[in-house]
Amino acid sequence: MATGIADSAAGAPAGQNVLGDALKDAFFAGLITLGLIGPLVGFQTVAIDTGAGSVLGLAYRPVTVAIMVGIVFIGRLILNLTIWSPNRVAKTRSGPTVFDRIGTAAGPAVKPLLLAFAIGFPFLATLMMGGMTQARYLLDVGILILTYVMLGWGLNIVVGLAGLLDLGYVAFYAVGAYTYALLATSEPVTHFFGGLLGETFWANWAFWICLPVAGLFAGLWGMILGFPVLRLRGDYLAIVTLAFGEIIRLVLINWVDFTGGGAGIASIPRATFFGIPFTAGEDGFAARFGLEFSPMHRIIFLYFVILALALITAFATVRLRKLPVGRAWEALREDEIACRSLGINTTNVKLSAFATGAMFGGFAGCFFAVRAGFVSPESFTFDISAMILAIVVLGGMGSQIGVAVAAAVMMGGMEALRNLDFLKQVFGQDFDPALYRMLIFGFAMVSIMVWKPRGLVSTREPTIFLKERKAVSGDLVKEGHG
Amino acid sequence: MATSPLSAATHRWEADPILTVEHLFMRFGGLVAVNDLSFNVGRGDITALIGPNGAGKTTVFNCITGFYKPSEGRLALAHNRAPTPDELATVTAIGERALVGTDAAVYLLERMPDYRVSGEAKVARTFQNIRLFTGMTVLENLMVAQHNALMTASGFSLKGLFGLPGWNSAARAATEKAKFWLEKVELLDRADDPAGDLPYGAQRRLEIARAMCSDPILLCLDEPAAGLNPRESLELNTLLRMIRAEHGTSILLIEHDMSVVMEISDHVVVLDYGTKIADGTPEAVRNDPRVIAAYLGVDEDAVEEVEAEIDEIEAQSGATS
Amino acid sequence: MDIFVQQLINGLTLGSIYGLIAIGYTMVFGIIGMVNFAHGDVFMVSAFIALICFLLVTTVFGITSIFLALAIVLVVAMFFTSLTNWAIERVAYRPLRGSFRLAPMISAIGMSILLSNFVQVAQGPRNKPVPPMVTDVIVLMENDGYQVTLAWKQIIIMVLTAVLLGGFWYLVQKTSLGRAQRAVEQDRKMAALLGINVDHTISLTFVIGAALAAVAGVMYLMYYGVANFADGFVPGVKAFTAAVLGGIGSLPGAVLGGLLIGLIEVFWSAYFSIEYKDVAAFSILAITLIFLPQGLLGRPEVEKV
Repeated sequence: MATGIADSAAGAPAGQNVLGDALKDAFFAGLITLGLIGPLVGFQTVAIDTGAGSVLGLAYRPVTVAIMVGIVFIGRLILNLTIWSPNRVAKTRSGPTVFDRIGTAAGPAVKPLLLAFAIGFPFLATLMMGGMTQARYLLDVGILILTYVMLGWGLNIVVGLAGLLDLGYVAFYAVGAYTYALLATSEPVTHFFGGLLGETFWANWAFWICLPVAGLFAGLWGMILGFPVLRLRGDYLAIVTLAFGEIIRLVLINWVDFTGGGAGIASIPRATFFGIPFTAGEDGFAARFGLEFSPMHRIIFLYFVILALALITAFATVRLRKLPVGRAWEALREDEIACRSLGINTTNVKLSAFATGAMFGGFAGCFFAVRAGFVSPESFTFDISAMILAIVVLGGMGSQIGVAVAAAVMMGGMEALRNLDFLKQVFGQDFDPALYRMLIFGFAMVSIMVWKPRGLVSTREPTIFLKERKAVSGDLVKEGHG
Repeated sequence: MATSPLSAATHRWEADPILTVEHLFMRFGGLVAVNDLSFNVGRGDITALIGPNGAGKTTVFNCITGFYKPSEGRLALAHNRAPTPDELATVTAIGERALVGTDAAVYLLERMPDYRVSGEAKVARTFQNIRLFTGMTVLENLMVAQHNALMTASGFSLKGLFGLPGWNSAARAATEKAKFWLEKVELLDRADDPAGDLPYGAQRRLEIARAMCSDPILLCLDEPAAGLNPRESLELNTLLRMIRAEHGTSILLIEHDMSVVMEISDHVVVLDYGTKIADGTPEAVRNDPRVIAAYLGVDEDAVEEVEAEIDEIEAQSGATS
Repeated sequence: MDIFVQQLINGLTLGSIYGLIAIGYTMVFGIIGMVNFAHGDVFMVSAFIALICFLLVTTVFGITSIFLALAIVLVVAMFFTSLTNWAIERVAYRPLRGSFRLAPMISAIGMSILLSNFVQVAQGPRNKPVPPMVTDVIVLMENDGYQVTLAWKQIIIMVLTAVLLGGFWYLVQKTSLGRAQRAVEQDRKMAALLGINVDHTISLTFVIGAALAAVAGVMYLMYYGVANFADGFVPGVKAFTAAVLGGIGSLPGAVLGGLLIGLIEVFWSAYFSIEYKDVAAFSILAITLIFLPQGLLGRPEVEKV
């Protein structure tokens, strides 16, 4: 927290009492840290049972505070004497980073490799873990990561390309999920198709019919919500989208008759192999294809479904960037006024970006509902929006490969936190690393902004060229009209 | 002017105006930035709008190009031929933003939002502080300028998304057009560079090329020669003449560089404090005493007046502080 | 009628708290043009600092006078909250000045998540109840057994808000700090050229905003008798709504907006539905931004071409 707080020493002329200044600076940093964490970490409010009911009392943690202050003091001291030392010649800003090169020059090699890995992942996981059932956890993580890759790519259209900060993206994810959940479990719809096309038709085909419907419906919502707000300035737009996201979530909670309220909707029909259910029976997937029944077939299939959906998102984005609408998105991010001077109806351009992004969010939401078999408003909090946004920002706004890597790192990292059981040996049995997930996440978001505001891949790929495709340096690319 | 069928006594801006500005007012709160301004822009003319700093020139531009909504006034832009007074009265009365016929059309710019002024009425503009898409390449900048045409050709993205043939040929044509203009502004070999990497003079030229890619009939340039060296200024003159001669695009420009103004304009309108103080050929304007007083220099009496005013203001502020 | 008067009192109390938080949003927006997304969580942190301080003062030091205890809590909470906000500005926002415009906002979102989860990890996810403080009430009216009451704590909240606002108004209008603030607001570069320490002025703005949020935090704790790590988000959004409704950048606007939001929330809960009270607040936010972006007392913006 306290890094960078008091860099008074940094401005001192070289050679003058470096150690003294460094010590003084580190001392103040430590003191500030003590002030920051002292009250909240040093004292813990605990419920004390007095027999006549519990009363709030205090527990003390001086050691933890001392350790944390010590870390800041020593860390700051070391940094002052090394990286921030006044004797050190400051390095000027370097060119494209390693990640930039991965995203551009090495791009042709990296992209097929990543794709091949993504396709081969279920088989690799099965081989590695020694069986499909054992690979279940890895596959679940893979599905989770791919879902966020897709959401990241969807939001990337809005934030990365068009430069519109959307803090309510989760709303469209929710619209997609609830569209499927409500349609698939709806009595009248089931009856209607039951009478028309046979009893099992709707249960078997609901997902495949609802998938496009969910996407289109989310896109429509994107337009409805987008229309009034897209005239607004960047930060106001962000706040209004946040408000809309929250309104949708609160309505989902409170409109109990329609949405099931906070309890959500359960027993949503599972995904089928294009109409063939993954059941053990005669009509099931395994029997039809002469395989031995395994519940893992469905998981592996789900993995490929989300992979395909994510790839469609990526492919559509790549195509759209080369079309006038995509170029207009990027032009809008660069300079809205110049766009209008060229006859571009910026409201329509914004709306199209908003709706396209929302549509992919809706697809992802529909997938979420079919995978989990259960939806509730709790899955669509602001934290999810923030997480998707962080993925886009960390990846480098506008960069597809960066967003994919960021999603893998962030979601993979968060999953890994759950499994750090050895930390319990260090910090005691009460220590739950998963609790720190969002804490670390928030910290990461601030750190990215401070140290690398343009994300992992900051260069931009031109959409058209005459002779030679040259990546555009991130310093020239603007990030939204804000 | 030699080819004009009109007699030498009549100026083109009177006989065949492409843009008629009538009683334009622009007020910001209590400040009147443009005060009852009327002038014409002749079809095929290069018209210069000049005046001291703060005279309201850019505000007039912003009104013409739809970025500001004028407080009052009519801005009629005519395609093909000047509208008859009847036509003008009709379109004004019916409250539409344009009257489009088979042989001509008249647009009331004050009723149109900025993107329609550029997209439908075909008035393109550049900006005083260059507004390029710096993170996009030179070529991309020119492709964005052809957005509306390409949007139709791409079937509002559907045709383009699936790579249907109609789209591909349209895209090729758009690239050709961009190449044409890049050649004209001598930026062809920098087509794949980011626009933000270009030197200042090249950015100015690119902005003009970008505006031309949107097929304007009236091109509004806000200080196109600002920051250019004398050689670049000369090249700019050539470019503007070429645009007028080969494309029939009328040009309206704001400029401080008198060498550009006197050299290339057919018609000069002088503004001071939001009002028009002179309007005519460069020669006529150059010799107008009011212009000399307001713009090129102030005469003796006026200097004394101003000094007296300053003394008074200083005395007042001294008393209060 | 009785219910109406009672709700009016409750609404004004709640509105005072929102108004105090809203000033922090409005000042920061005024001076550096960013929406300080983490401000609601700074308010929540202050409530926790107040809670801990209150427990220390009453149980460990054994101070029995509730007013003395509250005064100490107020000062301590203001100090530590200000320090926190100062550090946040220094670490998370200052390096981003001059970056693209949305960068500080994204950083602020991260900071908001960081703060609420930091408190959750350090203090636990449960509600933290404190014994009721200042329980005396004045009965204003009585009708068929329904009493319209004005609690002493409500009086404290409203009087304190009014006094602070007066003092604060004086600070901004009459002192050199206020002048420096307004100068930085108008033109940061020019202010720097005239010898104003811009960094210092911005830091002080954050410190003042946090101090007022801390007052709100203490009042909130006293009024509701409970603190929770998640209590930053919704009051934060409501206070931001208040700032926007009043006209962001305008100090009287922030207070006016706060009072309006407080009244709307209370009356909405009383007469329509308590479930949808937050929906009402969020809707007001959206509607204001869409139809009245300059707010009630703000100045409209002219787009520069």
